Amino acid sequence: MIEFRSVRKTFADASGKETVALHGLDLRIEPGVVHCLIGTSGCGKTTSLRLVNRLEQPTSGQVLVDGEDVRTADVIELRRRIGYVIQSGGLFPHLTVAKNVGVLCELEGHGAKDVKERVDTLLELVNLSPSKFAARYPKELSGGQRQRIGIARALALDPNYLLMDEPFGALDPLTRGELLSELQSLFSSLGKTVLLVTHDLNEAFALGNRVSLMHEGHLIQTGSREDLMQSPATEFVANFVKTVRRGVN
Amino acid sequence: MRALLATCLLAASLVSQDTIRIGAKRFTESAVLAELMAQTIEAHTELTVEVKTGLGGTMICWGALTTGELDIYAEYTGTGWATILGQTDKVTDPLRTFFEVRRRFRDEHDAHWLEPFGLNNGYALVMREKTAEELGVRRISDLVRHQRDLQVGFGNEFGSRIDGYRGLAVAYGLDFANLTTVEHALAYEAIEAGSIDLMDAYSTDGKLLRFELRVLEDDRQFFPPYNAAPVVRGETLRKHPGIETALAKLAFQVSDLDAQALNYIVDAEGISPADAATAFLEIEGLIEGTSASAAAARRAYVRVRKSPPIPGSAVASRPGFLELLSTEYGRVWQLLLQHVGLTLAAVLLAILIAVPSGIAIVSRRRLRHWLLGFAGLLQTIPSLALLAFLIPFFGLNAWTAIAALFLYALLPILRNTYTGISGVTPDLVDAARGMGMRPQEVLLHVQLPLAMPTIMAGIRTATVIGIGVATLAAYIGAGGLGVLIFDGISLTDTNLILLGAMPAAALAVATDMLLGRLEAKMRSPGVS
Repeated sequence: MIEFRSVRKTFADASGKETVALHGLDLRIEPGVVHCLIGTSGCGKTTSLRLVNRLEQPTSGQVLVDGEDVRTADVIELRRRIGYVIQSGGLFPHLTVAKNVGVLCELEGHGAKDVKERVDTLLELVNLSPSKFAARYPKELSGGQRQRIGIARALALDPNYLLMDEPFGALDPLTRGELLSELQSLFSSLGKTVLLVTHDLNEAFALGNRVSLMHEGHLIQTGSREDLMQSPATEFVANFVKTVRRGVN
Repeated sequence: MRALLATCLLAASLVSQDTIRIGAKRFTESAVLAELMAQTIEAHTELTVEVKTGLGGTMICWGALTTGELDIYAEYTGTGWATILGQTDKVTDPLRTFFEVRRRFRDEHDAHWLEPFGLNNGYALVMREKTAEELGVRRISDLVRHQRDLQVGFGNEFGSRIDGYRGLAVAYGLDFANLTTVEHALAYEAIEAGSIDLMDAYSTDGKLLRFELRVLEDDRQFFPPYNAAPVVRGETLRKHPGIETALAKLAFQVSDLDAQALNYIVDAEGISPADAATAFLEIEGLIEGTSASAAAARRAYVRVRKSPPIPGSAVASRPGFLELLSTEYGRVWQLLLQHVGLTLAAVLLAILIAVPSGIAIVSRRRLRHWLLGFAGLLQTIPSLALLAFLIPFFGLNAWTAIAALFLYALLPILRNTYTGISGVTPDLVDAARGMGMRPQEVLLHVQLPLAMPTIMAGIRTATVIGIGVATLAAYIGAGGLGVLIFDGISLTDTNLILLGAMPAAALAVATDMLLGRLEAKMRSPGVS
């Protein structure tokens, strides 16, 4: 379980002026759930995600993973049990697909044979043929393929958690639709706890068991698709979910 | 044997402490005087002498004497007065200048001027005989009438010295319209070819015998006296008082004409300074015997002294390039290896320091500011000044050259390492950290591999620059191909210059290509 307890986060810009990214966030991500954070840009959703693997530190409040405050956890060990996927995959351009996927296993000291087996399994899991893709470099892949490799890499050490930041952000609509349905089946078969950030409500509703709508550093409403659609907590939520009914995207 | 020692670094560093080290500046007369002193001391004392020739100027010789890297070298009173003591008062009387310089060196620097050799190698202005005749110029004051139309080429040092052109201009009311700076050793060729009409010269220069030149009379007695004398470090003199007795034998023995003839046979007839000195000492009865090796030198000296060569007559034929290459290739090869060794050592040291520093400054803004500023400042120091500055720390040897090359190599490597590392897309570093790489793993697996082509480009730049600058190692007796280049320049021997310059250029081109390939190889096929 991931838990945010009154998490406040402020940033100082170059001139020293403080801006508030999060005003006291309280949120629980239940085990095995795909939880989507949604909102317009600057609402604090990406900051919330980065607080979980301690790429950011809370100004006040606590972030707990498996009941342990991330600030007291060994940060390397913490990050290695939380898979991390960013927009367009964040693949290392100088490494082959196999190296990209296997680099963490190698750092963990797994033998070459084990690493290769693990890489092949992961590539098959994301529907990419190992014999065809293992030796390629990221620049030789399409956007959708890169994103799949990014996901395979995040799963390398079989983490319980997966953090995904706009995983479909850089994809064309067709590829996005395809990957979306693949992810749906992947999530249901793996049973991981997923925290996914998106600005697209359709994606959120398609993937998430639960959706949290954020706005200007505040959490507005958390619930299932039905909760948000049928009983919006505020006018803002009502307006936001209208875009789904109109069938945008 | 001694000449070989002087160029051979390894041997030089093995020479015991009781060896007297005599230095010579990078011109013929200084080398001949050094040999005269060395052979006289060896003949009349039990001491061993090592001669370091080709040192890059007053700054380097005097610096080396004060730090104990040299024990003796021949200096000129005018230079001692103006350049070393920094005096701007005009001096004209040779004897009073000598006594004043001697007193002040003894009191202020514990350096001792022994009795002078006799020769006065002062500045002079010279013109092509034909042009001077046409324009009716005999004296320096005659130049005022022609200062609009004469092409003037002065050496760097003369042009900027208060006892050179700066003072001369005031004394005679001169202000030349067309004044350029010409490397002194090349000015003779320039004046003969007609590209300049007027130049500065040294009055005992052997080259004055070779070209049809008119020495203009210094009718206002502006030029200060430049009487040459041995300058000895106080400590050395107290430890080995025999040196003074031995060198007293040379007092007033070398006249202006003697010096000019000695310089001439070295410059124009390819006699070594050591042989020229031996010949002179034997003829004057200052050392015993008639050595076979100096026979040619003796003949040449006697001939020139008896009937000075007719100006403009052909210079005794010098070996052609191929002939030179076939006789000297062993030496060229040795100097090339030395050149490579100096550059390689400096660049490797620079990599060791600059790459980690370049990484360290990525996240430290203030340190970056200072380090890049410091490395940039080093680049602006003229190489000769840097060498002179480093001599007190490392001595007259390869280490000084390596230190200077090292300092010049820092900036390209430091800057490229910083640029390369900070140029890695922040998203990739973020992804690497987020997935649980330790900082050193991020560096090793992501940042360094991606920055490597940029870092290699910096190393490549540093190495190629280093090969160029390493020619200056010759100025401090550290060897390298510069030895051939600068000897060639001072002897106006184009073939000798080429013999050093061509391998140096080839080395630079080959290194550039080799490192270019290495750079391409280090680039992952995934990055283009």
